[in-house]
Amino acid sequence: MALTGVEIFKLLPKTNCKKCGFPTCLAFAMKLAQRQASLDLCPDVSEEARQKLGEASAPPVRPITLGTGESAVKMGEETVLFRHDKKFVNPCVFALGIKDTLSSEEIEKKIDEVRNSVIDRVGQKLKIDAIALLNDSGSPEKFGNLAKILSEKAPEIPVILCTTNLSAAETSAKLYADRKPVIYGANSENFEEMSKIAKNYRATLGIAASSSGGLNELSELTEKVKKLGIEDMVIDSGARKAKEILEHNTLIRRAAIKKNFKPLGYPIITFAQREDNLLETLVAALGITKYSSIIVLSSIERWKNLALFTLRQNIYTDPQVPMQVEQKIYKIGEPTEESPLLITTNFSLTYFIVSGEVENSKVASYLAVMDCEGLSVLTAWAAGKFTASKIAQFIKESGIEGSIKHRELIIPGYVAILSGSIEDKLEGWKVTVGPREANGIPAFMKSRMK
Amino acid sequence: MAFIPPKETYPGRVYSVSIGTGQKEITVGGENVLSFHSFEGTVPNRPLIAHEIQDVPPTDWPESVQKPYIDVYANPVSWAKYCQDVLNAKAIALRLIGTHPDRENRSAEEAARTVKEVVDSIDIPLIILGSNHTEKDSSVLIAAAEASKDRNCIIGKAQEANYKTIAAAAVANNHKLIAMSELDINLSKQLNILITQMGFDKEKIIIDPMCSALGYGLEYTYSVMERIRLAGLAQNDPTMQQPIMGDVGMYVWKVKETIADEKDVPLWGNTEERGITWEAVTAISMLIAGAEILIMRHPKAIEAIEKMIDELM
Ligand code: B12
Ligand code: SF4
Repeated sequence: MALTGVEIFKLLPKTNCKKCGFPTCLAFAMKLAQRQASLDLCPDVSEEARQKLGEASAPPVRPITLGTGESAVKMGEETVLFRHDKKFVNPCVFALGIKDTLSSEEIEKKIDEVRNSVIDRVGQKLKIDAIALLNDSGSPEKFGNLAKILSEKAPEIPVILCTTNLSAAETSAKLYADRKPVIYGANSENFEEMSKIAKNYRATLGIAASSSGGLNELSELTEKVKKLGIEDMVIDSGARKAKEILEHNTLIRRAAIKKNFKPLGYPIITFAQREDNLLETLVAALGITKYSSIIVLSSIERWKNLALFTLRQNIYTDPQVPMQVEQKIYKIGEPTEESPLLITTNFSLTYFIVSGEVENSKVASYLAVMDCEGLSVLTAWAAGKFTASKIAQFIKESGIEGSIKHRELIIPGYVAILSGSIEDKLEGWKVTVGPREANGIPAFMKSRMK
Repeated sequence: MAFIPPKETYPGRVYSVSIGTGQKEITVGGENVLSFHSFEGTVPNRPLIAHEIQDVPPTDWPESVQKPYIDVYANPVSWAKYCQDVLNAKAIALRLIGTHPDRENRSAEEAARTVKEVVDSIDIPLIILGSNHTEKDSSVLIAAAEASKDRNCIIGKAQEANYKTIAAAAVANNHKLIAMSELDINLSKQLNILITQMGFDKEKIIIDPMCSALGYGLEYTYSVMERIRLAGLAQNDPTMQQPIMGDVGMYVWKVKETIADEKDVPLWGNTEERGITWEAVTAISMLIAGAEILIMRHPKAIEAIEKMIDELM
């Protein structure tokens, strides 16, 4: 249970010594209750109080890292149920499931698919983050073989080792010792031995409740595993149908955040695999919007990845701050003093679409990107941030007049209405209205060349 | 520690709204919980997916989504019947895009004729949409509402600039009304209040908080829908308890991801599958955020969404 400020206060030294930087112990306690301060600031807190408070002040969903090095991904740490309340913190991990019934060639092909899944979108590199090894054969040898191929050919890709077989878990975990894999498959029968393996190889343990046991069984299991000294877990309630995934994920996140119910305060793993690929994509979309931290997929076609990456990006953006780029004059290609100058706003999406199309036009250009607090062209215009006088001022102060000989500014077609007033405010300049949609830019630039 | 499911009960409930007539009448809304949260309340009705058709051939739609309708789209009646009889559409959304002054600029009378022909040829519910030109829509939707009198359609979209005439036409001809505002919960609430202040029944409004496509502002629509639903349920705000509509197809089938040929963007994969997926993923996000009615275009995207709804109900 989350402690109130007063409950926390009772555990503090009550000397008001101010060493924590707050005027009183009570003030400090209030900050702790709001998770706006760390207990470490008080040097005099007793060991007993530290333990009690540490439990209570830990983030409601435990932070866990999957993998190590550059491709490591963080999960958990979420603090809200709805994205309009506060940014969702750690985007969910996409994992491609690879069955151990496949041949080595097929396995290598899948590894390549994961490696080649990187897509640039709005300035972010998006990719399939992990591989889930699936023990479909039931044979420990086959599973071990799959783990071996992966650890040799793709040591950098984080893995989720999915097996309930102890010897399969042991051999594969050994290959990934200290590389922070998830060993998924601790259930009510094998959790003691599985915990030992996870402990030995410092892995995160994936806890699987049976589909009938659900959240009750899951909570009991995580508590038992925790008593065995395992802190890092990811959890699966056994939900496979969309309806249950929504129900269980919602109840887990609520229990963790609103009730600070520790036994369910772990990242959730969701198995979205379906025969029907489009349906699988939609189940994955449900996982993205509704609290899954790992989503296991059966295939990763490019069209599917692009849609899922984009949804993940949308859901995990900060609702208060639109994604934006720096205000400056960007060079596209190698522009000269004769090259055209275009202007747009600094909303990331706008910038990347427009710069992409200018690039497509193969005409070296200057793109003036003006700070409009991350708003799109029309939104910024409607909000009074992309106005003639602000544009004029920006162009003058940007120093671009020193880099080009001409005095022509190309503006977005949607704000054609601004052309006259910009000319009034930017003496000696000519304003040209570009196309409305950015995809018209290449044709527009070509027609100007003639 | 025993696990006690932290269930939520809300004081509010979404209004049940029926559209269409006779055996094919359909009811949406009625739930007292967030979307598909049947584990803690009642969700009496499925969300409704309407197939979008238009009064003029959809030559401006990308090829992938024109193709399924190529044999029928020359005529809105054959298009509507194809959706109803072959694709098993549960509802039709007829967009009178040809009335837009920058398009074919068809007259209100012509539009009314099309509406009459379509409504007479189908027995499933009909949604009638203008061209989103606020002035022209006033006259077009009045004529369209008369032409479909007493068929219990949904007409729209009424916006701040034209709601009075359109709402009056909806009342006079027994239709439901779409109230559309621009991605802002306060604007949406305000428009609902303005409309009800005219004496319009608040339980006959459908909220369109403005849709947006995956990758192109989806997160804004998503959060506005969630906030509207929470205001209706948790705060029991009677001006925010109407079913929500998402005009998905129109926003999706104009973004680059649904159009660009694979040859030009090899990293994005197959064009057709990409487009269908784009529409389906946008649609499911809207349903999860709170929408009860969606307007969609590609039959395969609709089919997938119906399957997903089956799994969620
Ligand atoms: C998402 C959105 C918002 C978000 C903001 C998102 C953001 N970061 O900008 C929010 C919800 C905050 C918002 C708020 C408002 N919005 Co708003 N919003 C939209 C929406 C749905 C999408 C905007 C978007 O992301 N477009 C995508 C980007 C990439 O487009 P873009 O920047 O215009 O770039 C394109 C072109 O302009 C062109 N281009 C860009 N740069 C250049 C440069 C050159 C040289 C060339 C040639 C071309 C070019 O290429 C791009 C792609 O084709 C639009 C409606 C729509 N579907 O367009 C309304 C829209 C822009 N909003 C509108 C309005 C009125 C507002 C508000 C004033 C009202 C309100 N709801 O409160 C506020 C103002 C904001 C404020 N006061 O802070 C109106 C503007 C009306 C008008 N014509 O003036 C629109 C058009 C809605 C409508 N009426 O249909 N909005
Ligand atoms: S440092 Fe500790 S004892 Fe001193 S005022 Fe702060 S909380 Fe109280």
